[in-house]
Amino acid sequence: MSNDVYVVGIDMIKFGRFDDAKPESLAARATLLALDDCGQTIQDMQAIYAGTCNGTMMGQRMLHYIGQTGAPVVNVTNACATGATAFREAFIAIKAGLYDTCLAVGSEKMGKGMLVPKNSGGTAIPTEGLLGSGVMPSVFAQMGMEHSRKYGTTFEQFARVSEKNHKHSVLNPKAMYQKETPLDMVMEAEMIAYPLTKLMCSVNVDGAAAAVLMSEKRTKELGLMNRAVRVKGSGLASDPFTDRNLVMQDVNTVTRLAAARAYEMAGVGPEDVNLVELHDCFATAEIPHYENLGLCAEGEGGAFLDSGATTFGGKVPVNLSGGLLSKGHPLGATGIANIYEIAQHLRGEAGKRQMEGATIGLTHVVGLGSACAVHILEKA
Amino acid sequence: MNDITATERPVAPYTELDENGAPYLLGSRCGACGQTHLGRFENCPKCGARNAMDVVRLASHGTLYNYTIVHRSLPGVKVPFVSATVDLDGGGTVRGNLIDIVPDPSHVKFGMPVDVIFRSASTAVADGDGFIAHFFIPAQEAAQ
Ligand SMILES: [Zn+2]
Repeated sequence: MSNDVYVVGIDMIKFGRFDDAKPESLAARATLLALDDCGQTIQDMQAIYAGTCNGTMMGQRMLHYIGQTGAPVVNVTNACATGATAFREAFIAIKAGLYDTCLAVGSEKMGKGMLVPKNSGGTAIPTEGLLGSGVMPSVFAQMGMEHSRKYGTTFEQFARVSEKNHKHSVLNPKAMYQKETPLDMVMEAEMIAYPLTKLMCSVNVDGAAAAVLMSEKRTKELGLMNRAVRVKGSGLASDPFTDRNLVMQDVNTVTRLAAARAYEMAGVGPEDVNLVELHDCFATAEIPHYENLGLCAEGEGGAFLDSGATTFGGKVPVNLSGGLLSKGHPLGATGIANIYEIAQHLRGEAGKRQMEGATIGLTHVVGLGSACAVHILEKA
Repeated sequence: MNDITATERPVAPYTELDENGAPYLLGSRCGACGQTHLGRFENCPKCGARNAMDVVRLASHGTLYNYTIVHRSLPGVKVPFVSATVDLDGGGTVRGNLIDIVPDPSHVKFGMPVDVIFRSASTAVADGDGFIAHFFIPAQEAAQ
């Protein structure tokens, strides 16, 4: 018997705005869905890894809604990689032989509007707009501009990312939005931080997603292998020093490091990957990430998008869920929601947006600060 | 060019005043790996060397590495403005507003030489009275 780890149950709630909800109540809903997906109960969960970016003890509070079993709970926060980090901790615990069945859950109740970094730089007065800009749209606008500087990538190409992912979301009933945004609509929307218009920024929504992970032994004992998804590789990285990253955040290098680790563990390369859910928190991020994840050659991300390779029916569809741009981006939930999307395709249960014949998929999330998690999943 | 009164304080912890009261950007250079960082460091974030950092005065000239033009910001911030990342001559990277330029991508050029100047923070934000901050302007003469 191998020590492979499988996702046997996974689900997410439809992302949206739940004004009266708490992170733990959303997490409870997602957890019950994931348990039902594999016929397990909360009592079967030997350990629980819970992720949210706002608040503490979310995992324990969730159990108040669905059963206080006394299982060990670890609460995780790792910026936008929070959910994926919780998932990875469950994976590691089973891989280590400590448990056979674990729950990973991510949830977020978002505030409205732009995320503003706390004034942590030791300055006398807030510096946003005074010493340049550090808000999320500006960080990712610069990520795109750096790609433009190096490779001539255009505003229109970045806008096409948003057009593509919004188009994908039409087929995803769990996405926040399910409507197309034609290219001219994207380009003519309110400019936030050049080259990002409002329709090139992910939506702040509430949401939760959960996964039940199992050892191979337990998966077989319970007869759950036919819908199981193997966790083939898991890579996590913090940002190594790069020349400007203390001043200008660098999500490229950290992504490459996490991807290299995941590919190495999985024993596969980018050419083996059939579909990808990557961190399109802003439209500018997706094209550089094609290169960071090795889906295309250096500098060819723009042309790769233009070729249709990453759209539905293409060589390696990216963000068939609609991505963070249209599905929505509840920070702590996103990492597990991405894994849910890939799992649905590998199981052949993705409905109208199903990618036929998919056997290997990759998920990627990256949070500023920085943390990047990459998972490689395989049809069992 | 630097219109500073004695009552104004620097906003950033990496801005110092020299013996003549003129503000400048302060950095740290690692004696082990040679990397120059903006601000004060006890140990080197690049190589981890301990207590090997020399405090240095960073250059007042550099080149524009990257930028974005911010159109929507927080209340009190004057928009649009150019948020610029500048590589200083001789080492060190710093972020700030690029001013005295049309805030449009057809006017802002990657690699353009810029000067570092200091002005009242109130020129950029509503609550800036009494503080000075660094800004970048297109280089007034060939970069040194
Ligand atoms: Zn060093």
